[in-house]
Amino acid sequence: MMVMICGIILILIGIWAMLSRKNIIRIIIGFSIVDTGTHLVIVAIGYVKGATAPILDASIQMGNVADSGMRVLSKVVDPVPSALVLTAIVIGLAVTALLLAFAVRLYRTGHSLNINDYEEQKW
Amino acid sequence: MIKYLLIAIAIVGMGWMLYPLVADFQTATELNALATEYVNGSMNDLNVPNVVTAVVVTYRGLDTLGEVTVLFLATAGIGFLLRRKGHPTGKRRPGSEILKIGSAFLAPLIVLLGVYIFTHGHLTPGGGFQGGVVIASGMLLLTMAHIDFKFSHTLIHWAESLSGFTYVLIGLLGLLLLGVNSFLDPRFLAGGKWLSLFSAGAVPVIYSFIGLKVGSELSSVIDSLQDGGNEV
Repeated sequence: MMVMICGIILILIGIWAMLSRKNIIRIIIGFSIVDTGTHLVIVAIGYVKGATAPILDASIQMGNVADSGMRVLSKVVDPVPSALVLTAIVIGLAVTALLLAFAVRLYRTGHSLNINDYEEQKW
Repeated sequence: MIKYLLIAIAIVGMGWMLYPLVADFQTATELNALATEYVNGSMNDLNVPNVVTAVVVTYRGLDTLGEVTVLFLATAGIGFLLRRKGHPTGKRRPGSEILKIGSAFLAPLIVLLGVYIFTHGHLTPGGGFQGGVVIASGMLLLTMAHIDFKFSHTLIHWAESLSGFTYVLIGLLGLLLLGVNSFLDPRFLAGGKWLSLFSAGAVPVIYSFIGLKVGSELSSVIDSLQDGGNEV
């Protein structure tokens, strides 16, 4: 619950940074903050009260249940959101690098990192 | 003034949109049916102790293939945006003595740790994505320490394309050996002993190729940022 609220606050801070800053680098930092906030929200959704990581080693109880074979008896968290966040972190890294490459390219052609100097894309 | 008002409206709207998520949210006390199925199936069918790996490589394998494709596209975009047109590389300050000696000691260990993380992805926390990032960080350390450090482009391109190609090939092998509906099914190799390195069918093989793929992609990102990022 706390984690989810923190994640949503991070998302809002990031959106504010993306909308109100003029410097392209700061806009990219805002994007990174939104990214982190989203990861926190997704992880919080998968949490199960009092559960441990879904790695079935010696600390996890497993046993036979009468008619359904071997079952995991200990509480573990939902593995699906963890798996999604795991890939999303790496993809976020690559996308941030792509955004920075755009910034480098823009600076090379326009010699400015201020978003107001690029007016071709305005409506 | 009007601009700040619009920004405030956008943020309040976003907060309002996300509010029900918090208000109606209750931390679950037990796993839902699908996750229970994954946890038990990972133990009984796949012989993979790390359930997250089982989800990434097998149950959501197609999704992971898509993620690797996104990673490839991002890398290709960076290479395209930062390609040099015959400009000489700008002067960079050489790394300090501490950085040089430290990197000579640490870089092989970091790469080794990366390889360990992705080959043991089915047993311990970790896997291809994390291992690949660790390898790329070792490459970053080398790039920072030595100004004339160059990656072999042919090697990186071959590692990148071969690992991606083999990943799809292993997926198709499952389709071929186990019949329809089994693209990326790792069970065509023996399940092996629980908690041993050579177990879990093709899961460690697939994850190692993902690790190589991610490592070489991110190394080439570092390479193009370092190579083409110089002021013209």
